[in-house]
Amino acid sequence: MKSWEEIRQDFPILNVKINGKPLIYLDSAASSQKPVQVLQSYCGFCEQRYANVHRGIHTLGESATSDYEAARETVAKFVHAPTKDGLIFTRGTTESINLVARSYGHKFIKHGQAIVLTPMEHHANLIPWQLVAKAVGAELRFWPMQEDGTLDFEKGRKLLDNSVAMLCFTHISNVLGTVNPVREMIELAHQVGAKVLVDGAQAVPHMPVDLTELDADFYAFSGHKMLGPTGIGVLWGRPEVLNDMDPFLTGGEMIREVWLDHATWNEIPYKFEAGTPAIAEAVSMAAAARYLTEIGMERVHEHGRGLAKQAYARLSEIEDLTVYGPSEERGALATFNIEGIHPHDIAAILDGDGVAIRAGHHCAQPLMRWLGVAATARASFYIYNSESDIDVLVEAIRTTKKVLQHA
Amino acid sequence: MPELYSEILLDHYHLPRNKGELPGETLSVEGANPLCGDEITLHLKFEGDVLLNVTFTGKGCAISLASSSMLTEILMGKTITEIQEWIERFKEFIREGKAPDGVDLGDLAALAGIAKLPVRVKCATLPWSTMKEAISRYKGT
Ligand SMILES: Cc1ncc(COP(=O)(O)O)c(C=O)c1O
Repeated sequence: MKSWEEIRQDFPILNVKINGKPLIYLDSAASSQKPVQVLQSYCGFCEQRYANVHRGIHTLGESATSDYEAARETVAKFVHAPTKDGLIFTRGTTESINLVARSYGHKFIKHGQAIVLTPMEHHANLIPWQLVAKAVGAELRFWPMQEDGTLDFEKGRKLLDNSVAMLCFTHISNVLGTVNPVREMIELAHQVGAKVLVDGAQAVPHMPVDLTELDADFYAFSGHKMLGPTGIGVLWGRPEVLNDMDPFLTGGEMIREVWLDHATWNEIPYKFEAGTPAIAEAVSMAAAARYLTEIGMERVHEHGRGLAKQAYARLSEIEDLTVYGPSEERGALATFNIEGIHPHDIAAILDGDGVAIRAGHHCAQPLMRWLGVAATARASFYIYNSESDIDVLVEAIRTTKKVLQHA
Repeated sequence: MPELYSEILLDHYHLPRNKGELPGETLSVEGANPLCGDEITLHLKFEGDVLLNVTFTGKGCAISLASSSMLTEILMGKTITEIQEWIERFKEFIREGKAPDGVDLGDLAALAGIAKLPVRVKCATLPWSTMKEAISRYKGT
């Protein structure tokens, strides 16, 4: 079994010096760094086996197609999808959700029906539904939150009546770190006949996800947050639902037969993969899934939980510092503010110590309003972080306070 | 400590010049960077062509607050033409990262490093673009 120190050695970027200091990368919730195994997979594929997929009747056409389809299978297994046919490669979570909003929402959500969301959604899981609601005349409802940033289950379940067409929510909040009770929420929604979309962007990189057990109708995630490249992500959809949906993007690959004035659609998942896909990216996303599987997702989960718990405790001890979200059972991140100091200044001064954190609204402006702040600072953790990174973080925050807090 | 957070900048941040309301103001103009949550209001008192007094209120990061403080020091007592010249100088300075030839920027020079930080440029620029808006509103009245 690889030690955490050995795992750190797999990430070349950790050797980069930032302002003369060793890099402490605490922004994995925005995007993760890549291990050599993933980089080599990308290069190796391009150097040896690359061509377009599903077209060329030549050796490289065959090798690329078989690697691309093997990637689909690997990623499907990684999230325990019931079948790989429902696994569509997209550009990422954002595109996956837009696909569902367009191809399912516009067709099946009717005037007067409701779409239930939560106030903690990333803009990617909010704006597509605002547009659907507007286009079809549906109502948006928001599952209320409790003081600590967890969902209020009793109030929420009352929102779920027969008029609800769809429940869309994040598995783990990218700001609060809240881990939502996905299984229970899906069950409640299914009882009233609603479909469910889960935004798994922050969950799949950090915990074992079993799509067969969760029973979501749609589940979306991104490659770049789970050690993979940018430009690749996944929508998993229940095949019978995908089959009934209209295409999203149209063009090559997604068709079966084309006439001058009409066309018929390819079978799923190809029906939703118009044009040349991100082939090398899909192949190296699969390499990322294999890398994580080798470490073991249980172990990855434990590690992230441990760091998050420790960060929460250590940051909470700092005077005038507020940590948001639940104290127990949180995703691998800690979002905070320091009284009287703008988060951008915190991030800029931490950067001087080689510490990379995120500051801003984290694509969750309604949640910022709910918290009553314009922006927050966020430290997020992954497998290449250690407890000593939290020491550096805490020390850098103390320096920031010294420099910027008014006497 | 990042270069940008120099002594001069921190001095303006901790001891802002001309911060507060301005009784008898001719007009006030609010500028905001919604993405950062910076909100700066300039309060201006004109007599004819001359900016007799200028103060600012609001909240924001150290850069936008210090830049506001510096702006009030520089523009206090200037004519509209001079203010417009300063706005252009400031723009060039932020773009190039150094003072235009023959110009003494005073404390503003402390913001030189911002040219290399595209994400923060809009923080430094906020009070200056608000000033530009104020001048065009004043002239329009
Ligand atoms: C919860 C959540 N949903 C959606 C997204 C969007 O992911 P992407 O930018 O990869 O499409 C993110 C990433 O920022 C996220 O954290």
